[in-house]
Amino acid sequence: MIVNLTNTNAAGVQQALGRARHHVGAASGLVFTLVVLAELSEYDEALAACVEAGREHPSRILLLTNGRARADRLDASIRAGEDSPGEIIALKFHGALQHHRESVVLPLLLPDLPVICWWPGRSPKAPGMDPIGRLADRRITDAMGDPDPIAALEVRARNYCEGDTDLTWTRLTRWRGLLAAALDAYPMDVTRVGLSASPTNAAGTLLAAWLSHRLDVPVAVDRGKPGVGITGVVLGSETDEIRVMRTDGNLAEFSAPGLPSRLVALPRRDVNTLLAEELRRLDDDPIYAEAMASVVRRIDRAVSRGRGRPE
Amino acid sequence: MAGPSALVLFGVTGDLARKKLLPAVYDLANRGLLPPGFGLVGFARRDWAAEHFAELVAESVRTHARTEFREDVWKQLLEGIRFVPGELHDNESFERLKRTLTDLDESQGTGGNHAFYLSVPPSAFDMTVAQLRRHGLADRPKGSWRRVVIEKPFGHDLASARELEKKLAKAFAPASIFRIDHYLGKETVQNLLAFRFANTMFEPIWNRTYIDHVQITMAEDIGIAGRAGYYDGIGAARDVIQNHLLQLLALTAMEEPASFGADNLSAEKRKVLAAARTPADFDLHTARGQYATGWAGGVEVPGYLEEQGIPADSRTDTYAAIRVDIDNRRWAGVPFYLRTGKRLPRRVTEVALNLRRAPHLPFNGTDVRALGNNALVLRIQPDEGITLRFGAKVPATPMELRDVNMDFGYGTSFAESSPEAYERLLLDVLLGSEPLFPQPEEVELSWEILDPVLDHWAALDTPPERYASGTWGPQSAFDMLARDGFTWRRA
Repeated sequence: MIVNLTNTNAAGVQQALGRARHHVGAASGLVFTLVVLAELSEYDEALAACVEAGREHPSRILLLTNGRARADRLDASIRAGEDSPGEIIALKFHGALQHHRESVVLPLLLPDLPVICWWPGRSPKAPGMDPIGRLADRRITDAMGDPDPIAALEVRARNYCEGDTDLTWTRLTRWRGLLAAALDAYPMDVTRVGLSASPTNAAGTLLAAWLSHRLDVPVAVDRGKPGVGITGVVLGSETDEIRVMRTDGNLAEFSAPGLPSRLVALPRRDVNTLLAEELRRLDDDPIYAEAMASVVRRIDRAVSRGRGRPE
Repeated sequence: MAGPSALVLFGVTGDLARKKLLPAVYDLANRGLLPPGFGLVGFARRDWAAEHFAELVAESVRTHARTEFREDVWKQLLEGIRFVPGELHDNESFERLKRTLTDLDESQGTGGNHAFYLSVPPSAFDMTVAQLRRHGLADRPKGSWRRVVIEKPFGHDLASARELEKKLAKAFAPASIFRIDHYLGKETVQNLLAFRFANTMFEPIWNRTYIDHVQITMAEDIGIAGRAGYYDGIGAARDVIQNHLLQLLALTAMEEPASFGADNLSAEKRKVLAAARTPADFDLHTARGQYATGWAGGVEVPGYLEEQGIPADSRTDTYAAIRVDIDNRRWAGVPFYLRTGKRLPRRVTEVALNLRRAPHLPFNGTDVRALGNNALVLRIQPDEGITLRFGAKVPATPMELRDVNMDFGYGTSFAESSPEAYERLLLDVLLGSEPLFPQPEEVELSWEILDPVLDHWAALDTPPERYASGTWGPQSAFDMLARDGFTWRRA
């Protein structure tokens, strides 16, 4: 059922939620509270992602947007037992209430369970210092939701704190898996790495940083090749090469020493899938932390050498 | 069903009477638990006619009763409704009350059985009891009964509690005095007894071998809401810890009683309260706070000192937390943390038993990072029920573990709505059934536990620590648990 409330407060939402839950049967077995901080224009997409994530992870989802009314007002819309097993509570803040959103969020967090924040679009500079981000155990941002993804990733990296993740990292899961498995199967002493990606692709920046940290070799990034997303990675030794080339954002061509080239499905995944995957782990991710530290080091080194930003 | 009787409500115009007591009387009538010979007498300082009072009762029943309004039930109730305008110090008023009761006994057949409910400020207890005695209203003719019901606070420290007890005992026999702690009337609190003593699976873990620490919380999201006169100088510890929280502690920690009769039940509660003590260093193991201006639940609210009728230099605690240890074989070394506060994020009362971590975890360090301790949470209100928290594997990961909750909800397992605490307690008063009422020794033992803490706080030259309204209390409360290696649950 869907219950709409205008001009309410946290206690009003709680009461309506209790009644709705009683009506549709208890929402038992919820695993966490997901707080989504979206722009009004992102509402529909964010809601769709919430429904999807709620299917894999029954949870209470608080979808926060800022409305345009002049009055200091909170409107709420509660969906329980509609299209996913959990509860989705859309909260729209108007007027001065926009500066006190945490006061409404705090009472609505499920007792004791982890809290995860997700910014589908623009996110604060330091999510860990954000009034709502501070309430969370995990903070998920998406640099690709920013107009300048690479700059956004750098800001994320410089302000990293334990519990942060960017979906850029989740986008790399399959790339990282494929490259690591390739090196296991065809061990070589990697001396050089080449990576190509589209001009604004932040995942390319992060993958380059991860590779340079893990393999401890220089990584050259080429932003000039046609294609979408990451278009290719070459791991080379003195004599051999492992190559993964993906020009259509979907199917990649994989080749390794002594192996005829073959096709590997390496599709770019939608945000809903990425979010659901990211929510499987609720502890912090030290490998990601290292990769982000490496992003910062690479940028600083390039700047200090007077070459401007790398790439 | 209760026997023939009349219930006299002093302070019938107050919030408690209008929102809880009068609706509870109606609900009892509606459930067929009041006898045909039942009378309800309101006593208040109002110049009202009987009809006007009946209207007020009807209004409060329509707005607040749990069960639906039925004309026939109301008619039955209405026949026995009387109103006595009067003042507590005025002898003529009490004579009027006496005549009204005599008349009720004759016309309604209330059988000379009278219960006096003192829904008045504690400062008026003495006067009311003295007046009842002076006018012979407390005298019990053969074959009938007189009972008196009082609400917390039962004094403000041990000495005043004993004083109050002495005064009550002059007018009423010990078994006729009913002290209401409405928490004990809640279904979930009674279920605590069923949960512990009707089942096999919980008793083996109900001890220091498995339980790490216990947190008992009563949080309110409201402020003092117009009760400045009552609240200032009393504070959270006296208002809530002394009665509700220590009673919950007693029911959680006590041994199995020989029966659920008042004597046996109280004997076990007394034993465990006598074994309970606060730690030696109050600065390290207690915390007190006072709410400050802030945004709570989306509403801008004033701080305690800005509330109407509160002196600007008041040191009353609106948040209090204490550690209690129980010196017996079952609980030695298991701290019980009690906390209560106003203007916290949400209204919730619960008892959370946190279990020890498994002695060995045959998993990778990273796999169990999101895994907490097992916990058993008794949710007293709202959303009454029981939560069991344990670890489980997250699907589609190699061996990632995470906490999951298993819930028992009263509202879903028993579709009938639970009676309000006051329904149960009023009925018990009319039936003369005592087990759900704290005995005077329990009240005194609770003061003995709390008094040293209150004295310590009173002697400090610092005011209580301020905490922003709408948050989970002052920093010192978090530090107090961190010192012992724990954190408060987000309730």
